[in-house]
Amino acid sequence: MADATDLERLPIGSIGHRASGWWGMLAVIMTEGALFSYLLFSYYYFAVQYGRAFLPPDLPKLHLSVPNTALLLLSSVAVWWAEQGAKLGDRRRLALGLAAALIMGVGFVAVQALEWSEQSFTIASSSYGSLFFTITGFHMAHVIAGDIVLAVLLLWTLLGYFDARRNAAVSIGAIYWHFVDAVWLTLFFTFYVTPRLS
Amino acid sequence: MAVIDYDRAPEFATAGYDSPAASRLHALWETKPGLIGWLSTVDHKELGVRYLVTAFAFLLLGGLEALIMRLQLAQPNEHLLSPEQYNQIFSMHGITMIFLYAQPILSGFSIYLFPLILGTRDMAFPRLNAFSYWAYLAAGLFMYASFLIGAAPNDGWFNYAPYALKQFNPNPNMDFYALGMILLGVSTTAGAVNFLVTFLRLRAPGMSINRVPILAWGTTTTSVGILLSVPAVSLAFFLLWLDRQFGTHFYNPDGQGQPLLWQHLFWMFAHPWVYIIVLPAMGIVSDALPIFCRRPLVGYTVVVLATITTMVLGFGVWLHHMFATGLPFLALSFFSGASFIITVPSAVAVFAWIATIWAGRPVFTTAFLYFAGFVSMFVIGGVSGVMTAAVPADRQLTDTYFVVAHIHYVLIGINLFPVLGGLHVWFPKMTGRMLSERLGRWSFWTVFIGFNMAFLPMHWTGLAGMPRRIYTYPEGMGWDTVNLITTIGAFVLAAGILIFLANIALSRRNGRVAGPNPWDGPTLEWSTPSPPPPYNFPVIPAVASRHPLWEDRLDEGLGRSSIRRGVVLDHGKEALATSTLDGEPDAILKMPEDSLSPLVATIVMTAAFAGLLLHWWMFAGVCAALLLAATIIWLWPERELGQRAEASHG
Repeated sequence: MADATDLERLPIGSIGHRASGWWGMLAVIMTEGALFSYLLFSYYYFAVQYGRAFLPPDLPKLHLSVPNTALLLLSSVAVWWAEQGAKLGDRRRLALGLAAALIMGVGFVAVQALEWSEQSFTIASSSYGSLFFTITGFHMAHVIAGDIVLAVLLLWTLLGYFDARRNAAVSIGAIYWHFVDAVWLTLFFTFYVTPRLS
Repeated sequence: MAVIDYDRAPEFATAGYDSPAASRLHALWETKPGLIGWLSTVDHKELGVRYLVTAFAFLLLGGLEALIMRLQLAQPNEHLLSPEQYNQIFSMHGITMIFLYAQPILSGFSIYLFPLILGTRDMAFPRLNAFSYWAYLAAGLFMYASFLIGAAPNDGWFNYAPYALKQFNPNPNMDFYALGMILLGVSTTAGAVNFLVTFLRLRAPGMSINRVPILAWGTTTTSVGILLSVPAVSLAFFLLWLDRQFGTHFYNPDGQGQPLLWQHLFWMFAHPWVYIIVLPAMGIVSDALPIFCRRPLVGYTVVVLATITTMVLGFGVWLHHMFATGLPFLALSFFSGASFIITVPSAVAVFAWIATIWAGRPVFTTAFLYFAGFVSMFVIGGVSGVMTAAVPADRQLTDTYFVVAHIHYVLIGINLFPVLGGLHVWFPKMTGRMLSERLGRWSFWTVFIGFNMAFLPMHWTGLAGMPRRIYTYPEGMGWDTVNLITTIGAFVLAAGILIFLANIALSRRNGRVAGPNPWDGPTLEWSTPSPPPPYNFPVIPAVASRHPLWEDRLDEGLGRSSIRRGVVLDHGKEALATSTLDGEPDAILKMPEDSLSPLVATIVMTAAFAGLLLHWWMFAGVCAALLLAATIIWLWPERELGQRAEASHG
């Protein structure tokens, strides 16, 4: 077996994708992905059961949701840019990227709240309304959680906790944020695109 | 404050349990005495035992409920219980056994054993480990609190809509169940993440994935199953709670809801769950039965593949619980076919165990008896399962006592028997003392006879047409004698469990001293003292085969495992991370100290759920904010854990 002579230096503590937290976050993403799959299953189950009668007369509109989708995707780019900065040890770029993503993330929640207030149906009016508000609500809760993650990462960055090697927390937060954005694309497709097909 | 370097070459040494290195490690890893120490410990051995004790307490509670039901059903037209009381008791019996006993007891084994059999010092996330225990306890108490106001869940453990909806069930019975299950789901998910990452990252160097004990495979496979299935039930209960509190239309047929959605979401979770509560138990047998056959398990690789295949197929059979709900013929055919196919991997495992006994030199200890009993009970439970996989037979048998007999053969046969056998095997490791073999045999035969007396005739009860979940029945239906036999059998089974408990109580103090390896077992936990010290291993062992302690006899591979010589890792609490497939050293992990955060997080989380139950929305909001604060404090980067940039490197 390996002995002192042939064991190399090993990184200590939380380093990039070797940190336990990174693996833990991948597991969390797996279970969260399953959660949204079951939510979407419920939607399509009703859609199959009731056909067009399931949809409300006024479908959710595109004028807010399309720009909001773009905003969320842009925030992912900002997080990616920040994370690359962290790996280079560029704290300023890390802080700037996180701050930009945070602003966009909060903006998404605000626009989404406006979007909610525009709907002609409520959570209690029919199963469509229940699903619309529950599924987008679950997603919004995840965006808010992501905003909190970004805010805390920003705080830790400003406190000087990260450098070129110690930044596993940034990668862990970033992958969560990308996941939440990817989920939004499936929701957008479900609520805003599929009813307009056919 | 010590500066932690970003990397170093780990030191090698030869060290036993009485070396100076070991006493240094002892001081580093030890839990402080006193109440605070007890509440803040993150030692997996302590938490594993707590899981086992708590789950066993729930087993006794669920058993008590069963005995009350059997008294009620011993004869026709009895009035010991009112219909409502009966509904609550049979519902809580199912909930207790399936959710609060069967899975948590297996978590107990795995939390205790994972680091020991994998050759490391703790789970990947020690604080999360404590959190999952506290949250489990809280969820159990939350659901049982419903008895205090006489409003326990009363719609059976699978809780079908529309009866669970507010208009039929206006009291908070279902709210206790719904919120309690979401709380339990948090605990189960936390546990699953921990097992998965520990399996993938914390195995001893050299323990490539084809050298991992099967128990670890079983638990890891089911952890993936948990991560993919538990969201379905948490969601199902959350939607039910929304329907009940906010007038949504998920399960309510008005407003284009659909009661069958409940059944889909529930069984998409609950069928995988059946495998989740048996696969680790099968892992216990696959690892421990060979010890008493004095040879390695026959067919290690196919048993591992069968474990994974069973879990995967387990996600594709949920509709066989719904054959009587008027689904399309094509769907019935597909799911019936899948339900037949799933018997193949189960049969593979059964033949592997039989071959192991056949080809070995069995030693007839109590543990062996439980494992052999498990194999035979599994065959009976499996065959009655195949019968219900056939749609026409199922339509006759569904909602009769035949199905009740089937589920009990599965759950007692494949879960309780391995658990009792496993406790005989590892009790000496946990306490340092052997259980009495004489009392052990008495308990086994009493349990075995009582169990078969109670549940074998129940197949007949079902074939004779007695529906399940009725609180009493009239005379002259041909059900009287079989019900009386079942009741007597249930009490015999309970007597067997009492003998087992007496054995535990007596042997804990007076049992023969076990020594490190009383059964001459092959895996790493048997290389540690009984009970193991807080740090488990003075040096991280290096593994060269599947059976590190049997290498001299088996001559399996080229190299030899190195148990007393290895990397020391004593710059604080440390563990070794290794690569996922090959088990090559990859990083030195800094492990957290004992902490009150898990307990505090559990308390505020449970309080938030209590607020939701009582409609104290402000209170729930405040508790949720506190939970957020507690989580941020918990995760705050610490220098000692190697999570912060060092000034010197800045």
